[in-house]
Amino acid sequence: MPEGQFCNKKPVETEEELKALLGDKGGKQYYEEMLQLDVDSDKLWETVQKTCKSRTRTWLEICAHCGMCADSCFLYRVNEADPEQVPAFKIQSTLGEIIKRKGKVDNAFMRRAMEFAWARCTCCNRCSQFCPHGIDMGVMFSYLRGLLYSQGFVPWELKIGSGMHRVYQAQMDVTSEDWVETCEWMAEENGEEWPGLEIPVDKEDADIMYTLNAREPKHYPEDVAEAAILFHLAGENWTVPSKGWEQTSLAMFAGDWGACKIAVDAVYDAAERLRPKRIIGTECGHAHRASVIEGPYWAGRPDGRPPAEYIHYVQWLAEALREGKIKIDPAKRIKEKVTLQDACNYVRNHGLAKYTREIISYIVEPGYFVEMATNREYNYCCGGGGGFNGIGMFRKQRNVALRTKRDQILATGAKLVIAPCHNCWDAIRDLEEEYEIGIRWTFLKPLILSMAIVPDHLKPQEEDEE
Amino acid sequence: MASFYAFLTGPAFVISLLVFFVGLSVRLVRYFLGLDWRLERVAYRPNMEQGMKGGLWSIYKWLLPFGTAGWRAQPFFTICFFMLHFGAVLVPLFLIGHNVVLEENFGFSLPSLPQGLADLLAVLTVIGVFFIAARRIALPEVRIITTGYDYFILALVALPFITGLIARMHWAGYDFWMICHIITGELMLILAPFTKLSHIALYFASRWQIGADFAIKRGGHSRGACFPW
Ligand code: SF4
Ligand code: SF4
Repeated sequence: MPEGQFCNKKPVETEEELKALLGDKGGKQYYEEMLQLDVDSDKLWETVQKTCKSRTRTWLEICAHCGMCADSCFLYRVNEADPEQVPAFKIQSTLGEIIKRKGKVDNAFMRRAMEFAWARCTCCNRCSQFCPHGIDMGVMFSYLRGLLYSQGFVPWELKIGSGMHRVYQAQMDVTSEDWVETCEWMAEENGEEWPGLEIPVDKEDADIMYTLNAREPKHYPEDVAEAAILFHLAGENWTVPSKGWEQTSLAMFAGDWGACKIAVDAVYDAAERLRPKRIIGTECGHAHRASVIEGPYWAGRPDGRPPAEYIHYVQWLAEALREGKIKIDPAKRIKEKVTLQDACNYVRNHGLAKYTREIISYIVEPGYFVEMATNREYNYCCGGGGGFNGIGMFRKQRNVALRTKRDQILATGAKLVIAPCHNCWDAIRDLEEEYEIGIRWTFLKPLILSMAIVPDHLKPQEEDEE
Repeated sequence: MASFYAFLTGPAFVISLLVFFVGLSVRLVRYFLGLDWRLERVAYRPNMEQGMKGGLWSIYKWLLPFGTAGWRAQPFFTICFFMLHFGAVLVPLFLIGHNVVLEENFGFSLPSLPQGLADLLAVLTVIGVFFIAARRIALPEVRIITTGYDYFILALVALPFITGLIARMHWAGYDFWMICHIITGELMLILAPFTKLSHIALYFASRWQIGADFAIKRGGHSRGACFPW
């Protein structure tokens, strides 16, 4: 059978299709159909010829088969040095074979490649730092994901995820109306405690336009409130767009480049419409990757930069603390061992390690911060990156992958982990659930909020003061 | 015999060098022409200065023994690697015997290494090749990615060194070993642009690209162009 009802080569474009696909619980029918899905070898080869140019081809050709990348990959280490987890093997036996065979590969090959692309690589890019030729498997696996997606071989959840971006311009079914309502609700809900608190929607020429992750309004609206309160506390002139507020990209994990463009265009349109001085994204790693690092290219911007300065939440927070816009009550600083998770997407891949350390210097009593062994650019993936967290059929492999971070955290002796990234935060939550090592984990926003000094003029007025 | 020898050190020598240099240059040019800012998602041109810094830094750091976290993570391999490469680069270029042939054909020569040092480097290269081959067999993580082709490349590099060293001993059969040495050496030169040996040039291209990538796109603007390799 060529194309299935759910598992096929077409992206999900309408709400109806999306709901039907969601209705196929756990992707049961979807994966059954995948067993029959044909490979369009001609199209596959044509795509490769158009998109696989000298960089990638040279990588595949000059790979010295030296195995220096083996030990750099946390999945190799955590799977007991399984030779089939050596990065060079993983890519040569998938993408390398597709090219060698000029696209003439079969269904079984593609399903195996799918397992390699989504369950044996999180696109953390760490191996690129250890290869003498600078061969970056994360980049190549991401490319392979694109090829697999275009042929319909993509995990069910990610087909849905990229469909969400196409239908709602958000990774979850949060419409523009839902979003604006959440803003109003959160401003009202917290208005009593924070008089004058606002979540200004679509304000033009503000200093800051804030963008975030759809699961914040959907599942953790208090995160939206916390962001608002912190901007309020810092006295910032800020806004959120009614459209183009969603910064993440499950489409990037899926390899659906068309949807990636749709998602990032929405954010950049908002920036062009509202003309903020700069854009600040939430505490999310892949959202930063998608909208700040890769986004400009999907949007076709030749300078490789977003339309306005676009920074990560930790950059703004470091600045707010540095400049005293937010002051920390010294008595409330953290006085227990605490460690920090470096998110691959904005630390290795965007050099922001120093900002999180700077924040730590303001909020942790000296002597209590413990670095994980191998950190900053050399950190290990949380274990759930690149979409791994969300794929049901690879849950077992993901849980094994979590052991790297578990052991790193245990070695620090800290019971508190600061994880300024949604994916890392989830992975650490899941590793606690799975392995029960007795840790707590947190984003920065609630932490800062719990220790910030609130100036008198921002406090609720006592009635008897009237 | 004498005329065959003259052919090998004359026209064949010139042709081998020509194929080697022209071939590798073509590969380099084609590499850079094949870069595409949209496909790699790296805005090379508008950020060339930053990219150059990062690219050259990335090349430089990896040329230093134990200069990078990667090299430091694998001391055994790093030692073998540099043993092999020091000799493989320096001996062909700066051996006095090679320079004589160079002078004869082109009328110029390069400075020459003291013969003793050249001998030592050549021996180290052969030892390096030996341990790298042994490592391919011994370590499962290397064995799984090793193919016959990898051994072929190792042999292609080792043969001119082994035959050259034997000839250098001036034992019986000197002429035979010398001719073997020249043939294998020229074979290596001729095959380099068409095999994995093209990394002689493409190493610089590939390393430049990843260095530029990390400098231009992946945080060079906040971390500084030079990635902490
Ligand atoms: S370290 Fe680089 S050259 Fe060596 S096997 Fe891995 S990818 Fe290939
Ligand atoms: S990108 Fe990360 S997960 Fe993928 S092969 Fe490299 S080190 Fe392993």
